[in-house]
Amino acid sequence: MATFVKFTLDGKIYLSEDGAPLVEAARACGVFIPTLCNYTGIPPKGACRICTVLINGLPATACTTKVVEGLNVQTSTPELESFRQAIVEILFAEGNHLCPSCEKSGSCELQALAYRYRVTVPHFPYLFPRRDVEAWHPKLLKDHNRCIQCKRCIRGIRNPAGKALFAFGKRGDRVVINIDPVTSQNISDALAQQAMDICPVGAILRKGKGFDVPIGRRTYDRTPIGAELRS
Amino acid sequence: MTQKIIIEPVTRVEGHGKVTIQLNDQGEVTQSRLHIVEFRGFERFVQGRPYWEAPVLVQRLCGICPVSHHLAAAKAMDVIVGAGGDQGLTPTAEKVRRLMHYGQIFQSHTLHFFHLASPDLLFGYDAPPAQRNVVGVALANRGLALQAVLMRKYGQEIIAATAGKKIHGTGAIPGGVNKSLTLAERDQLLNGPHPLNAGQMIAWAQGALAFFKDYYKKNKAFIDGFSRFPSNHLSLVRRDGALDLYHGVLRAVDAEGRRILDDVDYQDYIAHIREEVRSWSYMKFPYLLHLGPDNGWYRVGPLARLNTADFIPTPLAQAEFETFKQATGGKPNDMCMHTHWARLIETLHAAEAIHDLLLDADITGSDLVVKGARQAEGVGVIEAPRGTLIHHFRVGANDLIEMANLIVSTTHNNEPMNRAVNQVAKTYMTGQKIITEPMMNAVEVAIRAYDPCLSCATHAYGRMPLEIALVDAAGCVLDRKRK
Ligand code: SF4
Ligand code: FES
Ligand code: NI
Repeated sequence: MATFVKFTLDGKIYLSEDGAPLVEAARACGVFIPTLCNYTGIPPKGACRICTVLINGLPATACTTKVVEGLNVQTSTPELESFRQAIVEILFAEGNHLCPSCEKSGSCELQALAYRYRVTVPHFPYLFPRRDVEAWHPKLLKDHNRCIQCKRCIRGIRNPAGKALFAFGKRGDRVVINIDPVTSQNISDALAQQAMDICPVGAILRKGKGFDVPIGRRTYDRTPIGAELRS
Repeated sequence: MTQKIIIEPVTRVEGHGKVTIQLNDQGEVTQSRLHIVEFRGFERFVQGRPYWEAPVLVQRLCGICPVSHHLAAAKAMDVIVGAGGDQGLTPTAEKVRRLMHYGQIFQSHTLHFFHLASPDLLFGYDAPPAQRNVVGVALANRGLALQAVLMRKYGQEIIAATAGKKIHGTGAIPGGVNKSLTLAERDQLLNGPHPLNAGQMIAWAQGALAFFKDYYKKNKAFIDGFSRFPSNHLSLVRRDGALDLYHGVLRAVDAEGRRILDDVDYQDYIAHIREEVRSWSYMKFPYLLHLGPDNGWYRVGPLARLNTADFIPTPLAQAEFETFKQATGGKPNDMCMHTHWARLIETLHAAEAIHDLLLDADITGSDLVVKGARQAEGVGVIEAPRGTLIHHFRVGANDLIEMANLIVSTTHNNEPMNRAVNQVAKTYMTGQKIITEPMMNAVEVAIRAYDPCLSCATHAYGRMPLEIALVDAAGCVLDRKRK
């Protein structure tokens, strides 16, 4: 049987299952902590740092933190908010994100967070990296321009034989996430769709599928990210 | 000593241009040129992008006529996904797209007439500039100004209902559309509270026509004579010869009304239309291949469309069309200022077409997309508010765009606009050494009849200035004016 523990979010005491991931426990309590590299159901990575909160006064990533008795969390301070905005701005500046023509526009987590943090013009210089579009796979298209290297696809997508479909190559600021050319030859439409859905941005696309969800019915058209929760 | 006049910027023209008027030793106008800096950025920009992005991407090249680019690219992509041709789309998809297009025609034509052209008509091209603008119209005629705003708004509501947004929507996708109208949207547009409903729009379009015809009666010499010259005319027509702004075959007639392009499939446009490059202009000069650049140039737009079409398939506009044709005894109309008349007849046709489409049950249907055998190359052509718009794409087996060629309406009208400017310059600037306000305005009025979308033709963003320069035989600029 699950044990319940008491923990504090922004000064209020809540109950949660012992050891639950903090982002999900907070969500269950109606408190929004932004995430990007985290995805429910796959192991947390702590890569993007946007979920940074103050735990007993010290910064830590909420996706990798587990709830324990007496945990004292501050989810939102002016400093944390401006830090989160900076992360979103950096991600925009270091890739080539052209929202208007992106299939994920309106359903993109990065774009939704940019709206939340009112990012208009990044304070960081655009890098305009030269990146290509990997289009030789039969069902999937990988647009490296839009990849934010969250690695959700690497952690979350496997074929029925258990083989990962995505892998990363190179290191540091050169890191690229590639589709395995052999495995990709033979995947189901359902797996292709799963891969597209797991990507927070428009870096993984199903071929031939574009803009079939009208404006007004996309994920964040009605409810902006986090709007259903308090922050 | 030859002299040259340069006029820039042309106000109330969307975009940028520059006019140079060359005078000879006797002070006569020998040549006038409209220079537009054409920047083909978008054709490069879409290369390497997946084909389904094209309809949403290319519409960004113009903030003024995005729907036309959206639809022309979508039509090209219909061909790519094997849904091209006349029977390609589902009835719902075809009609929703038509509704979007007629909404755009309606709002664009309304904007042009009330905001851009009516100041010239209400006050005359020699009126002081302070009066000759949309504020002047509003002050002199509140009812007209308010109507204009509401007509535009109605057109934009149609675009929003079909494309998802008033500007830069996503409605048309390869092989169809992503939404039809809900019953609520349909009822709102059809029977919305006064005045935003289809019936009122028809009535107001008739009112605008009556306004023009009244003006014409009182100013016949100006309307008939200003910047008049013979030309060929090109547009899409429906297979049966009807005016059709969304789909059809390419037809061109000469100044006498003889067919010089006989209802050809636009997938083969490249076999009939060429673009000439001239050293002094960045904007190309299209012409009909078999007639060559000297004789094969043509006009596009409202005037050209009423010259190529045999009839208009809605009754009120058809009646107006008959009156319009009587004015020239059935021959093609080459009177530049009659473009405004033609535009208003099309506005009425658009209002009627919108009304009919809203009454059609297919408009709320749910069968939205069809796809067939994938093709490597596709052409999409549409009659944009300003005239024929051609989008041509080649797509690789990997789904990425390899080649794009766009010929926009304003480019088709390049030669006619140059001729119009030259004609006006000859009339108003011969023997002049300085550019007066009315002269400047006359040049602008001539250019504006073509409603050039220079931001589109130059494939660049924003509104750019335009200047007129008067240059003598030795190449010295006698006068230069900007607005
Ligand atoms: S492709 Fe998408 S899911 Fe994979 S690392 Fe890049 S952004 Fe993350
Ligand atoms: S969501 Fe926690 S570090 Fe990315
Ligand atoms: Ni335009």
